[in-house]
Amino acid sequence: MAPSDLTEQDLQDLIACPTCDAVYHIVPPEKGQRAVCARCHTVLIAPRKRAGEQLIAIALSIVILVVAATLFPFLSINVGGLGHAASVLDAALAFSSSPLLVVLSLAVTAVIIFVPVLRALLLIYVLTPIVRDRPPADHAIRAFRLSEALRPWSMAEIFAIGCAVALVKIADLAQVHLGPAFWMFSALMVLVVLQDSFMCRYTVWKSLEK
Amino acid sequence: MEIAGKVRTAREMGLVACARCTRVWPRGTARCTRCGHKLQSRDRLALQKVWAWWVVGLMCYIPANMYPMLRTRMLATTSEDTIIAGAVELAHHGSYGIALVILVASVLIPVGKFLIIAGLAFSVRHGSALSPERRHQLYELVEYIGRWSMIDVFVVAILSSLVQLGTLAAIQPGIASLFFALSVIFTMLSAQSFDSRLIFDADPPVEPPLPGLSALPPVAHEADTSPESPGPRRPRDLTERPTP
Repeated sequence: MAPSDLTEQDLQDLIACPTCDAVYHIVPPEKGQRAVCARCHTVLIAPRKRAGEQLIAIALSIVILVVAATLFPFLSINVGGLGHAASVLDAALAFSSSPLLVVLSLAVTAVIIFVPVLRALLLIYVLTPIVRDRPPADHAIRAFRLSEALRPWSMAEIFAIGCAVALVKIADLAQVHLGPAFWMFSALMVLVVLQDSFMCRYTVWKSLEK
Repeated sequence: MEIAGKVRTAREMGLVACARCTRVWPRGTARCTRCGHKLQSRDRLALQKVWAWWVVGLMCYIPANMYPMLRTRMLATTSEDTIIAGAVELAHHGSYGIALVILVASVLIPVGKFLIIAGLAFSVRHGSALSPERRHQLYELVEYIGRWSMIDVFVVAILSSLVQLGTLAAIQPGIASLFFALSVIFTMLSAQSFDSRLIFDADPPVEPPLPGLSALPPVAHEADTSPESPGPRRPRDLTERPTP
């Protein structure tokens, strides 16, 4: 049963809530306002002034911070003259000591280093042409789709909180020094949160539409 | 529940909505032309996938609690602690706060997630005493906290990479960390497989069965609405709210 009375243009003016399937007329909100689903309160449209430029800037910072954070010392420990320093990469590879846990090392490396960087790069690739009012880049739709699918698997901010918990656990056993990479990861946490709150997915999809 | 009388779902309108980019298409469209996402009005296999991932996640959660999470060596003594034993030991040493945090993060939250997902999946088939709004809030909660359970695995990673002091002390990750990570991943997949639109479908229909689509007014333009068409049948205008 095809809804013959709905033209293509009619469908373009509708938006469906992805969480509860409720359909609405699109009334574009002002910049800074949000359109939310009346039933389940999912944010549907949330345009912001210059969100594109801000998102590109945030994504660039994320790439730089993650790469730098893997190079610089992260945490170091000192007990009675004996010391040891660990980088983020050391932490990710901590499980590689036993053969069964190597898989876990790969997974941890992926979720705290590769996925956040890949998402940021994909976002830069998708948004740069849009911001410059050029036609979307080749495969931009696929790139944005991948970036969206990877969203739950980007866990850099969770790793940062994990550091805090680990610090509390060993604080009374040993003296712990925070390296530059620790502060980079803390900054990363803020950036990841900002990235998610600045992004209006509806606006991005709309501008990718041919 | 005053809203339910006015809201119309894409399914009721003979349409199918793209769950990724919110575009609406006529029922029967296979793929969203805007984002390429596969279109399904309701994922018929959703509940089977939810239960499949749920069972695997639970199966991994059991060894995660039985095997040691950390192997700590202090001088000559080596201790292997499971999650619960570690928390109990901390409590014995007087660190009640940390023990409580560990118990909440590694036991209460994972078990709660299993229960909530099971409850949601069950309620779709058999109804529930909770309103759809309340169940949707529970679903959002599970989706949100699911990833945060990985914190335990990261703590083990940080501790065992940092505490490497030769003969004095060393911490090695235990096999439970693998099972715990797998359990978190499978629970996340279980929650992701759940089609949240089913929560609202399970709601008993507020309106009488709909007439054929040809009887419906065009939905897009306000001006096109014929006077005899009942107001609630049209999709509502998007509510606008200023950012708080």
